[in-house]
Amino acid sequence: MLDPYIPLVLMFALAFGFAAFSVAIAPLVGPRRYNKAKLDAYECGIEPSPQPVGGGGRMPVAYYLTAMMFILFDIEMVFLFPYAVSADALGLYGVVAVILFILTFGFADLYVWRRGGFDWD
Amino acid sequence: MNETARLIADDPIWLILIKVVGTFAFLVVMTLLTIWAERRVIGRMQQRPGPNRAGPFGMLQSLADGLKLAFKEDIRPVMADKWIYILAPVVSATPALVAFSVIPVGGRVTIFGEPTALQLVELPVSLLVVLAAASVGVYGIVLAGWSSGSPYPLLGALRSAAQVISYEIAMGLSFIAVILYAGTLSTSGIVAAQQNGWFFALLPFSFLVYAIAMVGETNRAPFDLPEAESELVGGFHTEYSSLKFALFFLAEYINMVTVSALATTLFLGGWHAPWPLYLIGDGVLNTGWWPVLWFLGKTLFFLFVFVWLRGTLPRLRYDQFMNLGWKVLVPLSLVWICAVTAIRGIREADLLGSQQFLFIGGGIVVLLLLVAFLVPDRQPPEQEQQEPVAPLSGGGYPVPPLDLKVPESPRETRVSATSGTRSRLPEAGQEPTSSTKEAPDGND
Repeated sequence: MLDPYIPLVLMFALAFGFAAFSVAIAPLVGPRRYNKAKLDAYECGIEPSPQPVGGGGRMPVAYYLTAMMFILFDIEMVFLFPYAVSADALGLYGVVAVILFILTFGFADLYVWRRGGFDWD
Repeated sequence: MNETARLIADDPIWLILIKVVGTFAFLVVMTLLTIWAERRVIGRMQQRPGPNRAGPFGMLQSLADGLKLAFKEDIRPVMADKWIYILAPVVSATPALVAFSVIPVGGRVTIFGEPTALQLVELPVSLLVVLAAASVGVYGIVLAGWSSGSPYPLLGALRSAAQVISYEIAMGLSFIAVILYAGTLSTSGIVAAQQNGWFFALLPFSFLVYAIAMVGETNRAPFDLPEAESELVGGFHTEYSSLKFALFFLAEYINMVTVSALATTLFLGGWHAPWPLYLIGDGVLNTGWWPVLWFLGKTLFFLFVFVWLRGTLPRLRYDQFMNLGWKVLVPLSLVWICAVTAIRGIREADLLGSQQFLFIGGGIVVLLLLVAFLVPDRQPPEQEQQEPVAPLSGGGYPVPPLDLKVPESPRETRVSATSGTRSRLPEAGQEPTSSTKEAPDGND
């Protein structure tokens, strides 16, 4: 009897192998015709706007806010999943506790909402 | 440890390898066929044939396209960060392929004399594997956009990542009610819990939220903002070509197949036969290889809905889309989870009889309605009143009359004139409507 994660690891190995093989073979089978314009950043034909070397650039700060909200809600989910699995064992106490938890979280949620944390312009 | 887990745990290594390769081949073939089917269906919806040259009904079109992609030039922009640029497609495609392995395709079967279950991996935390794989897939998108060294991919990647993580919250919250009723995180356990009734009927709101979230999660129309051609060219994969681009494409379609299969598993009873069919022969259609048919049918239904949505709905604006996620789906999901938890907890604890239960439930509904009526409607902003109001008629500036009647088309007049009956023309005395009288006033 094998560890139940073994098939998952094998699947991962196959998937990774396939993807890595595809990426590795792509420059070998395709043609190579040098053209300076082709290697520039594609901006629909206009001169590419200057970018910092090595990728990256400026981005709206609202995305950071979304990422932080994601982490908060993800943690809420992490608490709710185990409760949902063992709801029967926890009984009425668990029900009250989890509803209080969601309510507490909901107030924080409302606060962010009122302060415009979910708004995009 | 349920029956499926015991069956799978006894698999010899050669059977595991067969299943791994089988799952991989299934996903790749499904991708090729889904792309073909999508182009055919969307073609039919747009009154054109779609691809119909390569192979029977054009079925080999996507295979031909894939081969063609392999022999295209592999371009790496000068501004790109070399290794991350190369790594990003791998990071995107690998978790997409892994996520499907926890989906139960069928029940107990016998392969080469070895009893097993048609599922690659059975874990006590299968659903978390799907969520984890989806989260890792976001890294591929962000890294691809960031490493391209080009503004459009960067913006597309950020949009895509924000979208996927926003809708992942809604998706994860829609799981919770299902887990509550199934009592387990294992996918085969959830399928087994739906033996007597599918969860989409028991938990309709969860199903609705999941159905919306799965479209947002896979960046598909009408939520395909990361690939909004008019704004962002191709989104995060603008700078990719050749097989690297093919990997992103593959990941997108495999993710579609996976979320469809997960919708089937969580809400449509997984591989169980639909209602009238499981009564035949004491459930013989739920055994052996039959479940694969039901599973595929339900999954293909969801895939068709994806294409249907793309053919029907226009793209949302980005702020509308994020509002839908954060201000509608997530808060309503939390309320729904509270309601489901409370109802279930009260039922289990036998605190109340069904009559008291109805009374209290009715009271809550009435209270909510009262609150909804008492909350004042949003006042229109002040700016609208300050704006100069255009004069409706007269007043110096020539304004066309707003209730102008559309004149009858001359063609119709001619037709009715030649046919000799004047019944279709409005007679002068019969319809002295106010609009015809006011029309000249406005033009004066």
